[in-house]
Amino acid sequence: MQFNFTKYSIFYYIISGLLIAATIVSLFMFGLKFGIEFVGGSNMEVSFTKMQSSDSISNALKSFNLGEITVQPTGLNGAVLRFKGVDEATHQQILAELNKLTPTTEKSFEYIGPSIGQELRNKTELAIVLALLAITLYIAFAFRKVSKPVSSWKYGIASLVALFHDVLIPIGVFSILGKFFNVEITIPIVAALLTILGFSVHDTIVIFDRIRENILRRGMGQFEETVNWSLNQTLGRSISTVLTVEFVLVSLYFLGGETLKYFALTLIIGITSGAYSSIFIASPLLVSWYKHSLKKQ
Amino acid sequence: MQQKYYIFIGVLVLAVLAGLFAYPNYFNKSVDFLNHKMSWTLPHFPEKNYILGLDLQGGVSLVYQADLSSVQDKSSAMSGLRDIIERRVNMFGVSEPIVQIQGQDRLSVELPGVTNVQQAIQMIGQTPYLEFDEERTAQETQQILDKMKEVQAASAKKEDITKIANWQMALQNPYFKPTELTGKYLTKATVIFDQTTYKPQIQLKFNDEGAKIFADITGRNIKKPLAIYLDGASIIDTNGDGKIDNQDLYAPTVEDKITGGSAVITSASMSTQTANSIASRLNSGALPVKIGSPISQETVGPTLGSVSLQKSLWAAIYGLIAVVIFMVVFYRFPGLLASLALVIYVALTLAVFKLIPVTLTLAGIGGFILSIGMAVDANILIFARMKEEIKSGKGLSQAIDEGFKRAWPSIRDSNFNSLIVCAILFFVATSFIKGFAFTLALGILVSLFSAIFITRIFLMVFIGRGALWASEKAKWLL
Repeated sequence: MQFNFTKYSIFYYIISGLLIAATIVSLFMFGLKFGIEFVGGSNMEVSFTKMQSSDSISNALKSFNLGEITVQPTGLNGAVLRFKGVDEATHQQILAELNKLTPTTEKSFEYIGPSIGQELRNKTELAIVLALLAITLYIAFAFRKVSKPVSSWKYGIASLVALFHDVLIPIGVFSILGKFFNVEITIPIVAALLTILGFSVHDTIVIFDRIRENILRRGMGQFEETVNWSLNQTLGRSISTVLTVEFVLVSLYFLGGETLKYFALTLIIGITSGAYSSIFIASPLLVSWYKHSLKKQ
Repeated sequence: MQQKYYIFIGVLVLAVLAGLFAYPNYFNKSVDFLNHKMSWTLPHFPEKNYILGLDLQGGVSLVYQADLSSVQDKSSAMSGLRDIIERRVNMFGVSEPIVQIQGQDRLSVELPGVTNVQQAIQMIGQTPYLEFDEERTAQETQQILDKMKEVQAASAKKEDITKIANWQMALQNPYFKPTELTGKYLTKATVIFDQTTYKPQIQLKFNDEGAKIFADITGRNIKKPLAIYLDGASIIDTNGDGKIDNQDLYAPTVEDKITGGSAVITSASMSTQTANSIASRLNSGALPVKIGSPISQETVGPTLGSVSLQKSLWAAIYGLIAVVIFMVVFYRFPGLLASLALVIYVALTLAVFKLIPVTLTLAGIGGFILSIGMAVDANILIFARMKEEIKSGKGLSQAIDEGFKRAWPSIRDSNFNSLIVCAILFFVATSFIKGFAFTLALGILVSLFSAIFITRIFLMVFIGRGALWASEKAKWLL
């Protein structure tokens, strides 16, 4: 059975277009909630003997002038509290205050000064730019031998479009999670996003490699059929690879504990989106582009 | 023809060794059991612990920003600062503190197992640690020396020294013990000159409380030495070799009870300059470079650390099982072989973690777990190709060869790409991402070996030219 992937490409473009539009709207409306690593502040994970509501916690800590206190419940009777940066003495007083509320054990405490936050942001930005640059160069290099009927830089552009698609969608999800569930963009999530960069291209490369091979084998007539043929050949592999990675990620999401939970979620969204975009966006884009340039001629 | 069997056996031996190295517990327990039952003397497999990051074993991590604006030689100022802080945290009785210079002017201090942050911060940053130590009794000295021997013997055998009762005792000075008198009671340090020799001396003035304590200490130590330490080392260079180290000990003998609340430190080899710098350090109450309070701090409780470790390990195990089931169901016999290669991959990677050694953090384990899912990708590519080749009517061993050959460019391109991203992450980003990038890159490299080399040997040995596989009955297995 052969599936015609490029026949309905307009439809796939619309789906992805809507998702990306939603992401951009959400980014404009809600923005992103960055973790204390990037903006500075304190992060305190505690477990209570008796679960406390976020209001009672905020009330108890009012006198410390901690700015906006966000309380994110974890597990049955734990919570992660985030507030502005405090020194060690204040930290101990806060803990004592919580202890008055209900006996409290502190599981972890983190304080990041504002200068470190700024520095981390710069470093992360640099890492993202370098990664994007390196990936584009690599694709252009890997496909330098294929120039007909679609030139090699177009493969590069198509995979970059897929790449942005795969990174934007999880960012959109986190923008919404941040607004409604206080989920923050932390270092692990950034690491996950950068891994998606690598993984998404990974997927696209395998498909493009097949297209390249089929063009070399079958000649360059009937470009659309060649692309479809290649997609059908690689479909089994695409599904298997994504599934094996998703297995470990889902296991990590449910069993892996708090720090790695959202790290796993980011990867799950990004890798799913990556598998989708390699098949339904990147490859059809090549065909659409080819058709467009035919019309021009 | 026979060569592949040798390689196959070699791979199995390597896998077993790696597995035992990664997790020798059961093997050594069985050895103990056998030795006990049969009174044999089988040797243990050498045990080596994984190095766990602070987020997994609990502890405190502090980062300080040094103020180097008034310092000429910045790098030597930083290493001086590091040495002093290292000595201070060593006095804290931490098992393996790590004090590192980060970049130009940052100092990171990691104290595994420490939970009293406030005390740690005070210890590191605020008071100059001036101590007056009195002589231990001969019995106490002997006890500590014995304990030191015990701990040394254990660490030579690579055993976990923290399991020895009172192991912290071995960190103590065997000859002197601290008294209540510390730099806290110091009001002023001045440089004065001896009336007859004109040699510089440092005069220490205590407050009233300190004066009482000092009188008490000198009273009970008449004709005995009293050692003075600053930040865990001798306060001055006593043997005149220009540096202060373990060879130096400043311990003048107490002639009489001193009631005036002042002490004088004198040494024939001390220059006026040295005397001045010691006095100003004592007076400013500070380190050679100003560091203030930490610019970042992370405290992880010991339970959270071990819970995180447990959880992520279980996640890895379940993930691994799911991948194995999937591979076997989807790819049958080759899938089984790939799963075996995957298990070997896990053992090899863990062994490499121990060998290098890699400090395992939650991020690193995350990268490792991700790499388990990604490791079979190369196999999937190869098997998919193999199936196609078999469909197109090629013989088995030819299909295996073609499968590997044709899948290789994709495997190379995609893994190379991931490695580029890892390299960028490693060089640009912060420690969390570094740990993740490093284990992921290591995972990718080991997985290339296991997925391509090991699976191929397995396929050649088990399927290569077996007549069994050609029969119709066995076809479903492929």
